[in-house]
Amino acid sequence: MPVLTFIVRRTLWTVVVMFVITAVVFFIFFKTPGVDPARALAGRSPSPQVLAEVRAQLGLNRPLYIQYGLMMKRIFITRNLVSYSDQGQLIIPEIFAAAPATLSLVFGAAVIWIVMAIVMGVAAAKLRGRIYDPILMILALIGVSAPVFWLGQVCNYITQGGLHNSVFSWVPPLGYTSFTTSPLHWFTGLIFPWITLSILYIGFYARVLRANLLEIQNEDYIRTARAKGLSERRVLLRHTLRTSMITFVSLFGLDFGALVGGGAILTEVVFGIHGVGFLTWQALQNLDLPTIMAVVIYGAFFIVLMNALVDIGYAWLDPRVRPA
Amino acid sequence: MADPLLEIRDLKVTFRTDDGLVRAVDGVSASVYEGETLGIVGESGSGKSVTMMSVMRLITDPNAQFEGEVIYKGANLMGMSQDEIRSIRGGGIGMIFQDPMTSLNPVYKVGWQIEEQIREHEHVSRQAARDRTVELLTAVGIPNARERADAYPHQFSGGMRQRVMIAMAVSCNPDVLIADEPTTALDVTIQAQILSLIRKLREQFGTAVVLITHDMGVVADMADRIAVMYAGKIVEQGTAREVFYDPQHPYAWGLLGSIARLDRPRPRRLAAIPGMPPSLMRLPAGCAFAERCAHRFERCAEMPRLLDRTGTGHLDACHLSPQQKHDVRDRTIHPELVEERP
Repeated sequence: MPVLTFIVRRTLWTVVVMFVITAVVFFIFFKTPGVDPARALAGRSPSPQVLAEVRAQLGLNRPLYIQYGLMMKRIFITRNLVSYSDQGQLIIPEIFAAAPATLSLVFGAAVIWIVMAIVMGVAAAKLRGRIYDPILMILALIGVSAPVFWLGQVCNYITQGGLHNSVFSWVPPLGYTSFTTSPLHWFTGLIFPWITLSILYIGFYARVLRANLLEIQNEDYIRTARAKGLSERRVLLRHTLRTSMITFVSLFGLDFGALVGGGAILTEVVFGIHGVGFLTWQALQNLDLPTIMAVVIYGAFFIVLMNALVDIGYAWLDPRVRPA
Repeated sequence: MADPLLEIRDLKVTFRTDDGLVRAVDGVSASVYEGETLGIVGESGSGKSVTMMSVMRLITDPNAQFEGEVIYKGANLMGMSQDEIRSIRGGGIGMIFQDPMTSLNPVYKVGWQIEEQIREHEHVSRQAARDRTVELLTAVGIPNARERADAYPHQFSGGMRQRVMIAMAVSCNPDVLIADEPTTALDVTIQAQILSLIRKLREQFGTAVVLITHDMGVVADMADRIAVMYAGKIVEQGTAREVFYDPQHPYAWGLLGSIARLDRPRPRRLAAIPGMPPSLMRLPAGCAFAERCAHRFERCAEMPRLLDRTGTGHLDACHLSPQQKHDVRDRTIHPELVEERP
């Protein structure tokens, strides 16, 4: 029953992680000086009575642990948590409505960054000792160093600005069009966000992969593979690259989980994609604690889930870590 | 004698480094004949492994430079294209490496790794390759070979992994098997098993073996002919009998003197060769061993050639005359035995 114990252990672990994360976020919020949701909601220069009333209405006059418990209950059980800043807005449906935009952005970017990182990493390792290797690695370093918000604005400046009426007339205005509305607009609208988001990861992954490939190339079993008479191509793909996928996949799982969980905040804001990251950004600006709590839980869930998938993938890639 | 199966002619391997040229192999010539075992002995860094790795063109360091010829079945391996040499690696010439713990890919089943080689060289079905793999694993002494073929390398002990490596190396019926320190990383009892396995396969398939080792005991046990290497050169070459009972080069005397022997009275201390091997970057103009040699004289400043000085086909690279060697040899190999003689 190793699979069942694995699932049970992971689930319990998820609960622990979520409790710790939400508790920390909750207490940071209330311990931050100058934060008072009641004052923000009670209108301009409210009387003390009104302020107390709003406070009571939001439950802010009760002890912190009760407030925490109530909020968790509203998220997980009654699912009727409402935003502080917009009392009519139910948060959980809002997050689920935002998720497809984030998923579209992150999946597309992940495809680009995996393919490009493998191509660049393998090419650099293969062309080591020639001028192409340092050129590729400098490009990768530029990719790692370029800030997403700057890169995104440059993209927008070019595609929405000067060249919008000529070369880039096919790029729709900023924002997200769902796949079901128009697959074509979904695609054209996401191309530049995908590229922007993936560039950082391409650079980072290409560098990691190159270093990993060069390390594995010196392993004895690679020499054995050559001594068997295999072609360089087969040695590279089936032996060197296959083994370095162990590192690659574990890195990828964690980054991917963080992004799906709402980590692509800058990209979503710059391109006006109303996904989970955008929601987080808005909630942070308005000090909207219920929304912050909900997206934190949403994000933590994906990170823990991807962690579990990485562990499964790891066992699949590396027989040495499989339970006997 | 028939033509050699594999002949190395004046092989030179140099590595360019920031500090200068490293002459790892400096004009080595050697031949291997059908069905025989050639032992190459020498200490670490003497160029044994680099020689055989160069023969297989397995040195990928872009700073390595090669000169000389390696003739296998009439063709020069050094001049071959990558595709041509690939059909020989693992096909006509099989290779076993020193460390069985790291020589198998950890992420693939051992059976798959052997099948991969068979299918690279022969157009056989997966099932045929699998059957042959199981046969090979059985032949090298792996129990339950059919099930064990589906195990991963980490599920085998060191000795068992070396058996897998041997099965892999002989899987395409090679004419020559190069074994690079095949027992160095193993326990002594396992060493004996692996050596007897190599001997058995050699007899069974008529494969010629090139055995690289620093262990004089191993070559004594296995080799028909022996080449002794020092600082990138062969300094003595002859049949095993000649090298063990009539060694010509003072370096070989040093090696033999450092073995504990059961068939002679036990010396108080085993002899050791004084000093260190020279740096391969700053080799002397003359004999590379002179600095450590108790019998050096003026002529040692000039490079001794590897010549037949005894007239028996037994080659050595030492300026001393056979008579002089005979006179000083026993004293050098077993100083105490000689002193204790009445």
